[in-house]
Amino acid sequence: MPPLADLLKGTAVEAHRPWPRVVVTHAVWREIAHALAQGRATLLGLWGDQAAAPAVHKSMVHKPIVHMAIMSEEACDIAVVSIDCPAGSFPSIGAEHPPAIRLERAIFSLFGLEPIGAPDKRPWLDLGFWDVQYPLGARAAAPATRTAYAFLPVEGESLHQIPVGPVHAGIIEPGHFRFTAGGETVARLEQRLGYVHKGIESLMAGATVERAAQLAARTCGDSTVAYGIAFARAVEAVLQIEPPVRAAYLRALMAELERLANHLGDIGAICNDASFALMHAHCGILRERVLRAADAAFGHRLMMDRVVPGGVAGDLDPAGAATIHEALQDIRRRFSRLVELYDNTASLQDRTVASGIVTADLARQFGAGGYVGRASGRNFDARRTPGYAPYDQLDFSVPVFTAGDVDARVWVRIREVEQSLALIEQILARLPQGPLTMPLAEGAGEGLGLAEGFRGDVLAWVRLDGMRVERCHLRDPSWFQWPLLEAAIEGNIVADFPLCNKSFNCSYSGHDL
Amino acid sequence: MRRTLFESLTRRPLTEIPPLPDDAALAELATSVNRAARRKLGRSLSIRAVDAGSCNGCELEIHALNNAFYDLERFGLRFVASPRHADVLMVTGPVTKNMREALERTYNAMPDPKWVVAVGDCAVDGGLFSGSYAVVGGVGKVVPVDLHIRGCPPQPVQLLAGLLTLLNEAG
Repeated sequence: MPPLADLLKGTAVEAHRPWPRVVVTHAVWREIAHALAQGRATLLGLWGDQAAAPAVHKSMVHKPIVHMAIMSEEACDIAVVSIDCPAGSFPSIGAEHPPAIRLERAIFSLFGLEPIGAPDKRPWLDLGFWDVQYPLGARAAAPATRTAYAFLPVEGESLHQIPVGPVHAGIIEPGHFRFTAGGETVARLEQRLGYVHKGIESLMAGATVERAAQLAARTCGDSTVAYGIAFARAVEAVLQIEPPVRAAYLRALMAELERLANHLGDIGAICNDASFALMHAHCGILRERVLRAADAAFGHRLMMDRVVPGGVAGDLDPAGAATIHEALQDIRRRFSRLVELYDNTASLQDRTVASGIVTADLARQFGAGGYVGRASGRNFDARRTPGYAPYDQLDFSVPVFTAGDVDARVWVRIREVEQSLALIEQILARLPQGPLTMPLAEGAGEGLGLAEGFRGDVLAWVRLDGMRVERCHLRDPSWFQWPLLEAAIEGNIVADFPLCNKSFNCSYSGHDL
Repeated sequence: MRRTLFESLTRRPLTEIPPLPDDAALAELATSVNRAARRKLGRSLSIRAVDAGSCNGCELEIHALNNAFYDLERFGLRFVASPRHADVLMVTGPVTKNMREALERTYNAMPDPKWVVAVGDCAVDGGLFSGSYAVVGGVGKVVPVDLHIRGCPPQPVQLLAGLLTLLNEAG
């Protein structure tokens, strides 16, 4: 019996693929909260659902409902549990399991569904600038007066606050950081996010699959391929189709190029935040080589809109493959020297080693994906668990470190660059011939897709009605990483925040939606 | 490290020949820049970038302008941390309602003369995100725009062409 099965006491919903969805009672919901708190399962996502305002669909009215995706890592098992909220409320998961707190605050702000017993009832994403309240639920006009946001209190002698953002000093996304410091040392960091909230999920409701795919591809520009794959896999799950083998290989090729480009950029940028500009300059060159190869091969530097439900848009010709191969050789030649440089520069190591530590317990509790989790001992990678084509046909390892500091997050990226280089070589060597897309038939039902982006696992959940999206939820890996940054910076000096922050490189846009 | 540094003394630089100024951009700018401003600024502009709701795609390509291939600073163009030091406000994104006030305040913090460059398709009119409850729909609805650089995202070379046009006209 799969270990999740004993938690799934309820009514299974038909046409939810590839994993089951079970509607449970409030009592069972609380049991699952307890199981999450005990570490018997990992929280993958938590989101609201009901007929959104652009009611394009007949007379169909959905009751308010909250879905939760959970996973048993040992058993490679995933399930979605749902709870009906006729009274507009549901038992809080966050009361027992802190990783759910922000997700529940977002559900309240977007749907007006109240998590009963939640430890934090302040709004999230809704910063008081919208004309509407609960835009995805029972829409209402926003209250005329805005109440000031109450940051968490900090008590102690000689503490001072440093408010930073939403507009930051560099060319980066906006968000607000409220530091409370005692001298140089950070006593508390509190994040306030939502500045780039575009209402993507409301735009998706009622959109064609094609338009929704474009929106998914622009949820988080640095992970456009990963979002494309996650969304496509969710749609394909509903329609019960698999993309052609060549398409799956090309998707993986793009995903690894994306990972390569981002990791190279990050390694340089982290070193730059430790004032080691040389690495930044050289990594910037390697990143540019990857983007140019991607442009030559797929016609877009970030490979936006190249993954489509059913397959891929555009083929790889021999000239494109040759360009990628050439870029790979160049990177292989230069990267090992840069790694040596990183490893042998004491002044740089002085900054990265033992800074911004995330404990293994926190990484596990939050189910932190990507380099944040893998630098703190969490051995998880969606390419392997649950896994998807063509990674089951490819040889790769998932590097895991345990120190949990900035240095470990750099090393995970370094090892993953090497793995991606090897993966791309395998893909180019084995790329099978064949069609690029499967035709999409009309279909109805629900599907869940998971894809490993450079930052971690991206989750997409979709309900289709014909060729239209009725509801789509996208969960960025940053949801489970941002809170850990608050924990990691505690006790570090303020001046190390840019360094720690860059080593996380969480997404704002992916999180804010 | 020594080997890497010595090598860069002997190797040819990677920096590429700049693109020609963009004709369409030139036409857009002709009306917005005057001679007095040119005399005051010389051939140099400081840029403050603000993400007003972008997906981060534009930011990645703006970042690329600083790499060795494009080397933005050779033209006297540089990114600055404070709007008070900036001549140009570079704005990305459809302008979310949550960023509207921050964008206005950044613009107001800049000294005159100043120019606004809107980057990316969604900065023009909201693009794919227009119609959302959370989006204003275009940078021009919040601050006066002097130059649009289109693309999703625009390639660094397109950004460079647009900025060089601005520099030639404004600088």
